[in-house]
Amino acid sequence: MSEGLWDILLLKDASTRTVVSGTALLGLAAGIIGAFAVLRRRSLVGDAIAHASLPGICVAYFVVGDRNFAALLLGALVFGLLGSACIAAIRDYTRIKEDAAIGIVLGSFFGLGIVLSTIIQRQPSGNRAGLDGFLFGKAASMITSDVLTIASVAGFILAIILVFFKEFRLLCFDRQFAAVQGRPVAVMDLLLLALIALCTVAGLPAVGVVLMAALLIIPAAAARFWTENLTLMVALSGGVGVVSAVAGTLASATIAGPANSLSRGLPTGPCIIITASIIFLVSMLLAPQRGMIPDLFRRFSLKRELALQSTLRHALQGAPAPDHRPSLPIDHGIHEAPDQSAPRRETDA
Amino acid sequence: MHVLAISANDAWTIATAATCAVACGILGCFLVLRRLSLLGDAISHAILPGLAMAFILTASRDVVPMLLGATVVGVLTAGLSAAIHRWGRIPEDAAMGVVFTSLFAVGVIMMAWMPRSLDLDPGCVLYGVLESTSLDTVHIAGIELPRAFTSLLVTLLLAAGFVTLCYKELKLTSFDPALASALGYSVALIHYTFISLVAATAVVSFEAVGSILVIVMLIAPGATAHLLTDRLGRMILLAAGLATLSSVSGYLLAIYLDTSASGMISVVSGAQFALAVFAAPRHGIISKAITRAALSSRIAREDILGMLYRWNERKEVDPAAAPLAGGDIALALRRPIAARMAMRRLAREGLLVSDAAGVHLTRSGIERARGIVRSHRLWETFLANHLGLPLDHLHEPSHRVEHFITREMQSELTTLAPDTDPHGKNIPPHHPAG
Repeated sequence: MSEGLWDILLLKDASTRTVVSGTALLGLAAGIIGAFAVLRRRSLVGDAIAHASLPGICVAYFVVGDRNFAALLLGALVFGLLGSACIAAIRDYTRIKEDAAIGIVLGSFFGLGIVLSTIIQRQPSGNRAGLDGFLFGKAASMITSDVLTIASVAGFILAIILVFFKEFRLLCFDRQFAAVQGRPVAVMDLLLLALIALCTVAGLPAVGVVLMAALLIIPAAAARFWTENLTLMVALSGGVGVVSAVAGTLASATIAGPANSLSRGLPTGPCIIITASIIFLVSMLLAPQRGMIPDLFRRFSLKRELALQSTLRHALQGAPAPDHRPSLPIDHGIHEAPDQSAPRRETDA
Repeated sequence: MHVLAISANDAWTIATAATCAVACGILGCFLVLRRLSLLGDAISHAILPGLAMAFILTASRDVVPMLLGATVVGVLTAGLSAAIHRWGRIPEDAAMGVVFTSLFAVGVIMMAWMPRSLDLDPGCVLYGVLESTSLDTVHIAGIELPRAFTSLLVTLLLAAGFVTLCYKELKLTSFDPALASALGYSVALIHYTFISLVAATAVVSFEAVGSILVIVMLIAPGATAHLLTDRLGRMILLAAGLATLSSVSGYLLAIYLDTSASGMISVVSGAQFALAVFAAPRHGIISKAITRAALSSRIAREDILGMLYRWNERKEVDPAAAPLAGGDIALALRRPIAARMAMRRLAREGLLVSDAAGVHLTRSGIERARGIVRSHRLWETFLANHLGLPLDHLHEPSHRVEHFITREMQSELTTLAPDTDPHGKNIPPHHPAG
């Protein structure tokens, strides 16, 4: 291996160190808040917020003129929250279901963003490059002040989650019970939404609109396979976020594209997401309780055990053993068996 | 200010956008009804690696391999999401989120790996190249037509044909999949045929209008039409009309403001939906608010009539009882403004008179009030005799139900009831006794 490669992998290079710490903090924050988002069935809200924030960036650009990063993020946050408020209003006050509401809000807000950004581009001073960065993300160009922004957002999210952990747990698992207990569930829901929006907006410049949603969903979904314990799941999800961010960033910094390709390296955001997807895939296949392969194995050994017992029973009764396949009611039991290992049942939405 | 001048190219572009919107809108009705809206979102993102793969393999922008590649990935998205949801026991939306974002990431990476000679700009993928579709033409039967328009027209005919031919099956499986399955229809077959068609439509549209506008075109017209009507056939026609309207007006607005056409069409579609949310005749927020206000004012009026009727009854027993004043009634109703308004309206209708001595029912007021009190007491009797509710639980439910008991229900309840209610009070007859 070349000298340069080791420099990157051992984080000797200052700019790599900056980018890795930025994406790692983002992965941590997104993983932790994502665990609650997935459990509260708000997975795609992050996607909607990310798309809806685009016009906010443009409006902020119109207002402050120059590319003031904090102002752009504030504009994004305002429009992201506005978009999620529209989704909630459509869901609560019309016959249109949440999924359609998400699609419409996401698309029309994003369309508005494109309309505005085209107008900005046409202006003599307009520089669309800065706005395009928000679509696909430019993690590689992260500087120390960006990392500090992400670090403060991550710290804030972590603090809120620590303080309200019990409330969020109740909200995710039994909203009605929480309401009966006198908890302000609507406020808690709003707080969760605001945290998702904050995290999404902070991550936009690094990984872009579409992939920010992935960073919220995939680590949490992967962590869900390994545990039934919320605290553990949140920690695991944050961990998966950090690991995929670090590994993905390093992969994008080290793997060179083909010589004649459009860009020199691979884009960072997609590398992070693909790392996270690989972790998800491994979790889905191998996790001991909920993974597919252990599950198949358990089914198989249960089936064999039942066949053995049936043979023994027939041998004891002196009748020739029938086909080794168990009779219908027992067969039904086999299909039910895996569900008993997982007490959590899907509730109707 | 420039004048709107529509060139032949613009006309072709509008035709392309409208064809695309109608094809998406027709299929979108079923996406909305089957609560699959987000599948449109997911598919339109996830087809990126399919497109890139076809692009890399054939080294051209030939339509057929791209269509094939993207349709396969589109169907794969639906299948994978369902599989992860079922086998991984992950919530449906999260499963979909995992699948489409991962595929999108793969697509972006594949595009970064592409040889420089092949140009497929990720930005184009998101917001399309609608403005230049009219420049890329093909000759069919001696007529020069834009290529995108031709392929979209074929897609539209396919979509319309499928919906017409399988109308009954689609309707049944959308509204009652359990019944459809019991009747022997293959719900899965129809589902996946439909999904493939959505994926194919998304791919063809996507090249012209970009993935974001595809999402809007798939969902918005269907959802808007769903707010405007309760009939499936009408909903599909309305969606097609709304889709045409939004693409024509969106494109014209984009020319006027000199901005992105696909962005503007998305905004117009969103605005159409927002308008329907407020102003739809039956399901709109405004009309629902009006209906609710009308009902609430009727209930206030009927409560006042009932109150005065009961006071009249009391007066027969105790002639010294002080008459009710307007203030007492407003206080008793706990909604003083609504009560005042209701009393004014009752006075205008000649049902009550208000003078210095207090508020009294007129002769026709007594007639009306009798019906309400009759409903109330009949219902109390029914609850006590047939549902066995204790005496102190009868008033509250009856007080609510009395406003919704029709003449027919009254006569049905009469056959079950004696002349007095469980509290021993007289149930007033339809007509004054005697």
